[in-house]
Amino acid sequence: MVERALPRRTANLSAGGFTIVVAVAAVIIVSAGDVAPSVQRLADGFPRLANLVERMMPPNTDPAFLTRISWRILETFQIALVGTAIGLIISLPVAWLAARGVTPLGTFGYVFKALVSLFRTVPDLVWALLFVAAVGLGAVAGTLTIIVDTIGFCGRFFAEAMEDADKQSQEALAAQGANRFSVLCSAVIPDAMPSMINTGLFALEMAVRSSVVLGLVGAGGIGQELKVAFDLFQYQNASAIILAIFVIVLVMEFVTDRLRAMIQ
Amino acid sequence: MDDDFIIRTRGFSKSYQADTPVLSDLDIDIRPRERIALIGANGTGKSTLLKCLIGLLPGSGGNVTALGETFSGSPTKTQLRRIRLQIGFVFQHHGLVRQLSVLSNVTHGMLGYPGSWRAAVQMLAPSEWRIRAMQALSEVNLEAKAMDRADTLSGGQRQRVAIARALIRRPRLMIADEPAASLDPAAGRDVMTLFSKLASDHGITLLFTSHDMEHAIGYSDRIIALKRGKLHFDLPAPQVSEAMLTEVFDG
Repeated sequence: MVERALPRRTANLSAGGFTIVVAVAAVIIVSAGDVAPSVQRLADGFPRLANLVERMMPPNTDPAFLTRISWRILETFQIALVGTAIGLIISLPVAWLAARGVTPLGTFGYVFKALVSLFRTVPDLVWALLFVAAVGLGAVAGTLTIIVDTIGFCGRFFAEAMEDADKQSQEALAAQGANRFSVLCSAVIPDAMPSMINTGLFALEMAVRSSVVLGLVGAGGIGQELKVAFDLFQYQNASAIILAIFVIVLVMEFVTDRLRAMIQ
Repeated sequence: MDDDFIIRTRGFSKSYQADTPVLSDLDIDIRPRERIALIGANGTGKSTLLKCLIGLLPGSGGNVTALGETFSGSPTKTQLRRIRLQIGFVFQHHGLVRQLSVLSNVTHGMLGYPGSWRAAVQMLAPSEWRIRAMQALSEVNLEAKAMDRADTLSGGQRQRVAIARALIRRPRLMIADEPAASLDPAAGRDVMTLFSKLASDHGITLLFTSHDMEHAIGYSDRIIALKRGKLHFDLPAPQVSEAMLTEVFDG
């Protein structure tokens, strides 16, 4: 028999690498002991959940109630639409100021990048709490939240689309003496437009999803009804609202998918 | 005075780093209605010279008179604006905005004029500019494609749109940096023929760079050859032989 040098079965793992793997595994196991559901907890919780579902059935179909939540659904859509529209409009100049190589501000463009990051990284419910405190309960706080959310999302992706826009056309126009604003309108935005429309539709989808939950902290929309239903133990109302939310999100995804297909 | 020459340089030199001149001691005269081919091996500073001649890059020594504006080093902002308004640019890459219509791309030629943001898309452009754009398109035989998107055109057609974009400025000087280099031979000849025709039809001075001997001899009145940043020869096209060109292109 000829002895062959076979490759090792395992990749080389250095002592340091091995230590890190063990440490991470230990942290996960210890944390699981603290927060993961135990078998006992699950066994106790399941009958309670079943009981809750039973009390939710059948969903409330009382016409007066349905009319009331229809108005709330309409308000939810209004919050999402108006918030996204205003957010998109503000995102354009913000993205221009933040986009590297396109911004007229040079290095100071990072100030706007940082602002957009701040808008994005603070969760929407936190913004909603802030705006409820500032302008009071209701849909206005919700709309303000969606505006900030949209700027955080679109500001970033619009800026990236502008940074990726074709440089050769920009250089050709700059050579003949076009200023930065002209180059933006004539070359950067047209080139970035397909990507920006896509981003805008995602923003609308996200806005509908978050406007549904904003009501939980009092910022208007259908979520407010959901919170009231749970607080007053009206579980049949709650199930009707949950179904309505499910339908809203489905319809929204269907519509934006069709729009996206139409544009491409 | 102004009519004697479009561009004149005296003792012009350019260096990016001290003591390593890219271009040195150039005396160049370009008179109205001339078609000039600027040739040289890669890295001899042709593109640098083109940019310096019209003030887009600062020179390091000597002086330049371009389209009535004299400067040494950099032109003032006003001078640069006056110069640019009289020039049409065409580059090796067409530099069109792919998502926009051909007509919008041609109106882009008006950018740089006062109030020119309206040239961003043809929809917003004043009627007078749209008319000028259609005229420019008919000069390059692409009127029928006015509302097609730029990215649906062939390479040769795109370069013709780029020429129309330069032409709408009604330039006195057309500057073309390797305009045919990324086209196939037939489309390249079409583009060069079109340049020649437009230059003589409209009395435009043409200054182009080329790597193609046939283009340099066939479409110019005079050939200016650079070698290692110095003027190698400056002769009427008929007096230039293929052997002389080969020597220049080989560095």
